[in-house]
Amino acid sequence: MASRLGRKLFGAAMTGATYAAAALAILPLAAILAMLVAKGAGSLDWNFFTQPMVPAGETGGGFAHAIVGTLIIVGLACAIGVPVGIGAGVYLAEFGSGTLGWLVRFVADTLNGIPSIVIGIFAWTWIVRPSGKFTAFAGGVALAVILVPIVARTTEEMVRLVPNSLREAALALGYPRWRTSLQVVVRTAGPGIITGCLVAMARVAGETAPLLFTALGSLYVSTRLFEPMAALPLQIYVFATGPYDEWHRQAWAGALVLIVLVLLLGIAARIVTRGRRERA
Amino acid sequence: MTSAPAAPPREARPRASGEWQALRGVSRGDVVYRVVLTALALILPALLLIIAGELVVGAWPAIRQFGAGFLTRSVWDPVVGDFGALPLIVGTLYTSLVAMVIAVPLALGVAIFLTEFAPRWLRRPVATLVELLAAVPSVIYGLWGVFVLLPVLRDGLWPMLRPALSWLPFFRGAFYGPSVLAAGVILSIMVLPYIAAVSREVLLAVPASQREGALALGATRWETVWTVILPYGRAGIVGAVILGLGRALGETMAVTMLIGNRHEISLSLIEPGYTIAAAIANEFAEAATDIHLSALVYIALVLFGLSVLINAIARWLIWRVARGSAAGSSAL
Repeated sequence: MASRLGRKLFGAAMTGATYAAAALAILPLAAILAMLVAKGAGSLDWNFFTQPMVPAGETGGGFAHAIVGTLIIVGLACAIGVPVGIGAGVYLAEFGSGTLGWLVRFVADTLNGIPSIVIGIFAWTWIVRPSGKFTAFAGGVALAVILVPIVARTTEEMVRLVPNSLREAALALGYPRWRTSLQVVVRTAGPGIITGCLVAMARVAGETAPLLFTALGSLYVSTRLFEPMAALPLQIYVFATGPYDEWHRQAWAGALVLIVLVLLLGIAARIVTRGRRERA
Repeated sequence: MTSAPAAPPREARPRASGEWQALRGVSRGDVVYRVVLTALALILPALLLIIAGELVVGAWPAIRQFGAGFLTRSVWDPVVGDFGALPLIVGTLYTSLVAMVIAVPLALGVAIFLTEFAPRWLRRPVATLVELLAAVPSVIYGLWGVFVLLPVLRDGLWPMLRPALSWLPFFRGAFYGPSVLAAGVILSIMVLPYIAAVSREVLLAVPASQREGALALGATRWETVWTVILPYGRAGIVGAVILGLGRALGETMAVTMLIGNRHEISLSLIEPGYTIAAAIANEFAEAATDIHLSALVYIALVLFGLSVLINAIARWLIWRVARGSAAGSSAL
């Protein structure tokens, strides 16, 4: 038997090890954020946000085409995916206790685990190949497939949090069930549902793999949905793997813009729910 | 046939409570509402079927030509049109294994820290920071990996470790940077937040009485964690690890930028390798022949099947532990 002191020392050492694990886990985050600011911030100027890229070898130009593209493709993904996700989530919370509910829940989790590159291949065989060209629309559909299960599961959770007394009160006042659900339950869960949507948007805004064979990328500022379109993550990938220092410099700047966009969505998600908690 | 007893009246059948079943059919609006929501919910299973169907159809020419031998052969020759995915499958499993060897102990350490040892004021901020790791887009990990991690590994760490390690088969060959090791390290950073978050939920679900019992018997706090809490949550933790493995297997951009793209099976960690996802990302846009495209869809189908299987196992394990509590599933 180990001595009492020995056991205590071993315990203290292992406690210290868990502190070290936490520190080591956070270290890469700090290193990445620091490098993004150090290498990217210097390249952010007016041109970066207003000019599209210039041909390789020339200096100058910016990421305007990629920023516009990301906003459009993510917007499209939300337009397609959010109604489906919220509808499925409300179904799961309100009617989902049976076999079908179990199935939908399991499928949502499965969809959530499918690698995004596979979703990209799927969008290619489903939309790009039959139509014969790469389109921003196909990219939006691919991102929507990723978005739907996330929105569905968070919506379900948020609707479940609504106290039953609210339902009972509405029903007691003579509301039919569907109005109770829509105007009382879903409305009460609204901020939580919006949070779920913002989190899902933050996730898909950074996705590169599903856009490789769908939106493809473009050199120009384009708003046409049925043409190839640039996107921030795509442009960062192309510039980071390219041979020019000028490209690398802009890739860091683009990455800084992308992470700020993702973090802003995350912060917005937190603010929306916090407001609700204070009201409640 | 003798006459069967009359079916009991509809309303006598017991229904799940909380479902307002008694009110069903009261209003036409209720029926419409339910039908619309059910239709939206059914889109998800339909989508899964369409994805599987499209992949099988796209892969069909390659499935017909190569059969199951595709999975066990090592040729990859787009010029001749002969394809075998074994190096890709082995490479995918190998990089993921490297990632798990690094990430699992760290993630468990973080989870234990957050639930057992951290001062209360530190728990929220640390948990948030670890969650943030999961929010960083893959392509940014790749960018950072290429310009920061590779030089550090190649010029900083490797010269120090080479004398001690180069006799091992895992460290044969020359280290130029892009390698299984680099991809494994970046993957470990990327899957750590998932494993840590789910493990933390699992540890939080361990009843306080278990902890108190061990402490009352004179165990130190670490002994309580090691002999009581971890065994209690074992199935859930295994589920968390498998879930992290699922993420690692399909991760694309960062791995594509760091793996080195070599269609060969090798034990060496410091030589370039390849993964399924990286091969698709690199070759799909440039594939010139239909059979090359089809072979790439075939490996995408393999990856799809692998991730569905792994997710099913992981969720079953976590569900067994976190049964009844939404905590386990909310972390996923």
